[in-house]
Amino acid sequence: MAELRALVAVKRVIDFAVKIRVKPDKTGVVTDGVKHSMNPFCEIAVEEAVRLKEKKLVKEVIAVSCGPVQCQETIRTALAMGADRGIHVEVPAAEADRVGPLQVARVLAKLAEREKVDLVLLGKQAIDDDCNQTGQMTAGLLDWPQGTFASQVTLEGAKLKVEREIDGGLETLRLKLPAVVTTDLRLNEPRYATLPNIMKAKKKKIEVIKASDLGVDLSSKLTVVSVEDPPQRTAGVKVETTEDLVAKLKEVGRI
Amino acid sequence: MSVPLAKLPCPAYRCLQTLKLNILPLCAARWSSTSVVPRITTHYTIYPRDKDKRWEGVSMERFAEEADVVIVGAGPAGLSAAVRLKQLAAEREKDIRVCLVEKAAQIGAHTLSGACLDPGAFKELFPDWKEKGAPLNTPVTEDRFGILTEKYRIPVPILPGLPMNNHGNYIVRLGHLVTWMGEQAEALGVEVYPGYAAAEVLFHEDGSVKGIATNDVGIQKDGAPKTTFERGLELHAKVTIFAEGCHGHLAKQLYKKFNLRADCDTQTYGIGLKEVGLDYQNPYLSPFREFQRWKHHPSIQPTLEGGKRIAYGARALNEGGFQSIPKLTFPGGLLIGCSPGFMNVPKIKGTHTAMKSGSLAAESIFSQLTNENLQSKTIGLHVTEYEDNLKKSWVWKELYSVRNIRPSCHGILGLYGGMIYTGIFYWILRGMEPWTLKHKGSDSAQLRPAKDCTPIEYPKPDGKISFDLLSSVALSGTNHEHDQPAHLTLKDDSIPVNRNLAVYDGPEQRFCPAGVYEFVPLEQGDGFRLQINAQNCVHCKTCDIKDPSQNINWVVPEGGGGPAYNGM
Repeated sequence: MAELRALVAVKRVIDFAVKIRVKPDKTGVVTDGVKHSMNPFCEIAVEEAVRLKEKKLVKEVIAVSCGPVQCQETIRTALAMGADRGIHVEVPAAEADRVGPLQVARVLAKLAEREKVDLVLLGKQAIDDDCNQTGQMTAGLLDWPQGTFASQVTLEGAKLKVEREIDGGLETLRLKLPAVVTTDLRLNEPRYATLPNIMKAKKKKIEVIKASDLGVDLSSKLTVVSVEDPPQRTAGVKVETTEDLVAKLKEVGRI
Repeated sequence: MSVPLAKLPCPAYRCLQTLKLNILPLCAARWSSTSVVPRITTHYTIYPRDKDKRWEGVSMERFAEEADVVIVGAGPAGLSAAVRLKQLAAEREKDIRVCLVEKAAQIGAHTLSGACLDPGAFKELFPDWKEKGAPLNTPVTEDRFGILTEKYRIPVPILPGLPMNNHGNYIVRLGHLVTWMGEQAEALGVEVYPGYAAAEVLFHEDGSVKGIATNDVGIQKDGAPKTTFERGLELHAKVTIFAEGCHGHLAKQLYKKFNLRADCDTQTYGIGLKEVGLDYQNPYLSPFREFQRWKHHPSIQPTLEGGKRIAYGARALNEGGFQSIPKLTFPGGLLIGCSPGFMNVPKIKGTHTAMKSGSLAAESIFSQLTNENLQSKTIGLHVTEYEDNLKKSWVWKELYSVRNIRPSCHGILGLYGGMIYTGIFYWILRGMEPWTLKHKGSDSAQLRPAKDCTPIEYPKPDGKISFDLLSSVALSGTNHEHDQPAHLTLKDDSIPVNRNLAVYDGPEQRFCPAGVYEFVPLEQGDGFRLQINAQNCVHCKTCDIKDPSQNINWVVPEGGGGPAYNGM
């Protein structure tokens, strides 16, 4: 079954260890010069695609990212991990804030059809917006089955067995290909993008296109009104007796 | 204790093996200290993998790439050298492969400085810096210098000609400047690899430097291999430039191997917080808390009031100046920038000299690379012209003229003595006095035992201008892959408690600006053990410098780890 092709979507996000700062004008967070890296769940998606390729179940892995020119570094990391080629859907930095899950899903759906892929892999959510929507919307637009929060993926002929992490435990689905899968933490441990592979990745091709080339409209019906810091935690107060507790609660108007 | 096994009947053999393997080592440990020392260090530089059973059968093969020049460290010096090499290559139409490795995940992320830049060397390298948008946006308009007493400030006049005069200089965010230089380097064709640390120096059989190897990845905290284990890459070069900044860990090895410090003073350091000298004697001193206290001084506080703390970082810097410059070249490599240490201490600037040293190194290397009649005794080229050219340049003249200012502050009159000395010998006589004062000795040797010193009562942070350590460390954005051997290695795991804590009250818990070292009570019984929170490390190198037992050896962690400074 080495005829299968996979499309993996990766997102460049602010590194998880960095302390986020809200911009003084409250329109968003500071991103200039801040350390960015590939979204951890996207790393897991790339790793899974590359493993399928190593098992000779998938023939070609294409990495795609939507955003400003720095996204190419993220695609380069995916190529270093083992993807074959990359597609950068360029969005000017000024418009990048308005590109959300629905816009990306439209892009991915069009690309999946253009590249004739059998499997679209994404991380379950991005650590900056925590939306957890892109994979599901992509499947909806393509009218393809979806297996989200995957903790195990097995290819069985022309079907995909996906074990999903759900609140109550684990759910196993069998999907007909082509399908969309979003990855969860326990699916795999991503490999490092080592230097020899980064050097090789420089020779792999990254195609740069615009959303309009795919006939996709990136307009959004959502506007960010304001971004603010969460309220400062005030110090707690210790009380001696239950009566004191009730009195204090009445004092602050809680009861 | 070895007895030929063939002579023993089986039960005795088993008994003996148990004795050898289990009980005797424990006894030895008990006799030498009051408790069994829990294992702290697991790094392979202390416990080699070829003797470690867990590494049996793991392939240790490494790939190699050949370049003309490999540069370790993408700071001002390393990037200046890279840019200059490619500029020369373009001028003379000769193609050379220049590879630059940097442990930070992005160029500029580990850069920390004041910084007040003397732009001479920078403008020489980038004559069209303005058109290219280099971030030199804030020229200095005014200088104020003062000595702070407990409550007051004694202003000191800055006359033109004094090293502290900043006319013509720029206030820059060095991290951003370095990021810009990185972009210029890439545009010129330098192969820049951020996120990859140089972990090992490689040698030819003739003893000359062959290049470096980047860090291995995928090793567990306890030193065993993970499934994702992969060896680093070897980068071979005709010349390797070491530009690791202040107190680099590979430079430390090279000093020993090539005996580069035979004729110079020991290096002395400060920690930029900024700035607290590291030659202090009281082990109860905490540079971080001194800095917090300084911010509350009546002459400083008004400037900071109403402000918001948005970042934090720390780095050691060289204060030894001229007397502490080691030999700079060796077969196959050379040292540039703050690594050997060209900081002009009274001027509080080292970036300009670092850049110039990088440029000079590049020019000297290039002339050797393009010399068709070159006869080299070793495979790795020995570029002695670099040191000769540096000695003929303004860098040497400048460092020579200020060489006695800092040592003059160690006399009986202290800082005032230093100022008098500077007034006479520098301002009037331009540093031409024929003598050269020496430094007191290494910083690590200056600490006095805790029983001879008084603990310092530091005020509590107010949360507006002064802060606690851990919330500050969080702002540095520092992080490391947690499941890797701690990169703060100890040559002997028992020394922190048995010597540092016993004699000096554990100064490492105070001088580390990131709270890496903690003495925590043992789970059972009395006493303490050292806990190393390697994830907090901001790569400042203070511990390697100030440890009174010189037991801590800072090595490079997995590349990409460390602080995430933004324009610091």
